[in-house]
Amino acid sequence: MTSRVLAGTEVELNEEGFFVDATQWTDEMATELADEWGVPTPLTEQHWQVLHFMRQEYFEKGTGPTVRKLGKSSGVSVKELYQLFPKGPAKLAARVAGIPKPRGCI
Amino acid sequence: MRVTHRPKRCVILGAGTGGTLAANRLRKTHEEEELVIDIVDQNNQHVYQPGLLFVPFGLAEPEEIVRRRDRQLHRGITYHQSAIEAVDLSNDVVTLENGTTLEYDVLLVATGSVLQPEETEGLSGPGWLDTVFTFYDVEGATALAEKLETFDSGRLVINVVDMPVKCPVAPLEFAFLADWYFTERGVRDNISITYVTPLDGAFTKPTASMALTSLLEEKGIELRTEFNTAEVDGEAGLLIGYDGTEIPFDLAVVIPLHGGAEYVNNSPGLGDELGFVPTNNATLQSEVAPNVFVIGDAADIPASKAGSVTHFEGEVLIENMEAFLDGRDLEAEFDGHANCFIETGFSKALLIDFNYETEPLRGHYPGPVGLPLLKESRLNHIGKLMFQSFYWHGLLPGRDLPGLSADMPTFGKRLPTEDEASLTTTTGDTQT
Repeated sequence: MTSRVLAGTEVELNEEGFFVDATQWTDEMATELADEWGVPTPLTEQHWQVLHFMRQEYFEKGTGPTVRKLGKSSGVSVKELYQLFPKGPAKLAARVAGIPKPRGCI
Repeated sequence: MRVTHRPKRCVILGAGTGGTLAANRLRKTHEEEELVIDIVDQNNQHVYQPGLLFVPFGLAEPEEIVRRRDRQLHRGITYHQSAIEAVDLSNDVVTLENGTTLEYDVLLVATGSVLQPEETEGLSGPGWLDTVFTFYDVEGATALAEKLETFDSGRLVINVVDMPVKCPVAPLEFAFLADWYFTERGVRDNISITYVTPLDGAFTKPTASMALTSLLEEKGIELRTEFNTAEVDGEAGLLIGYDGTEIPFDLAVVIPLHGGAEYVNNSPGLGDELGFVPTNNATLQSEVAPNVFVIGDAADIPASKAGSVTHFEGEVLIENMEAFLDGRDLEAEFDGHANCFIETGFSKALLIDFNYETEPLRGHYPGPVGLPLLKESRLNHIGKLMFQSFYWHGLLPGRDLPGLSADMPTFGKRLPTEDEASLTTTTGDTQT
């Protein structure tokens, strides 16, 4: 576990760069995280739609959704998800949305 | 139990591995005056699914692995052959497409998972059953057998579209057997074999993944990881990834996306986005209603979708369904135990044994004098072949096999050293 400063606030990340405590995340941290993980910025409205959906699912169900579940329920198709978050939407969106690695995510 | 009221009604959806073994076990322990058992399936063909792997290579004939579903059921169980329309959770009633309605006191969902090739662009389009096949159903496996007989040169690509899939080791076994099959036919040098997976390794479990990756290398099978299939173009012979990467093939063997049975989506509140039923990992009681239980692939639990898991779930499930019917607390807990023979070709196989918490370990199963774990051997191959007979005559009728229990055994296994343990620590990410 490492701690680092994002948008002026200290947060805890695990070895893979996922948030340990999702409540430490703020909207302001997203752009910085997106740049770091190769998500095209500035973040669009669709990016935010996915990020907020990820967080909502995490707080409701205890884990972020997989790509297939995102494609079926976030309002953004799987194809678009890969354009928004290239190389693995579930994992990337989870990093940028400040939630732990989704279970069953690969 | 003293009979004081009308008999309780148990309805079981699906007469595959889980539904059949549960029905038979319940029938053995409950008189018909106590418990009425109805079971439903849409067709009368019970497929021994592990046998599908052998069909493409001429090692099993389709008719050897299919039997009638109703013949596997004990007397005193009513079999209904019809598709299921929907489950009404608030009124405890199931409607079948043939118009029958079945009221229940306890419902068991055992309808497994279904293949959804139509969910991947192009997959079931031009080239399907010509250059693009699956061996995950009888029709596909049979057609593939014919195709392989005349396939003498070119690029064979094996692709898992996305998890979860039934028996996550089967696609790897297919690659190993293909290597053996082409070698036997003397054409292996003219054929390249590529294994394409969305995972970051050959398999989900790190220890097993390492062993399987070196086997792929030994056999000259190329491994492409983290490939996310967006489209399969059978005419052009291309797998196309979401990032635009293309993998050319002359013959593709694709494991399509899996989802729950169709009626689950038509039954409000029963399933998740993929049609699997939210289920308690330990008790196998559903999270959608206390009188609904789930066995096998239909559940969303983080265990492999495999017959062995279903088998090991059986004991826990029956104990908890009985407790529920008697109004007692559910005390039996499933540990996620899975056990897979991995056929590696040339009459050898590997065996892995694991659960929710523990990675596959080396050693022997089910005790010190047993089958070698995580190691190729002829004994494991024979074990795999013998299992089919046990399936029809032991597992489905609900007979216990001495020495094989639901809980994963640790006796006879070599526990990891500290170094190894750091490699094999699970993160709760046991979805395979």
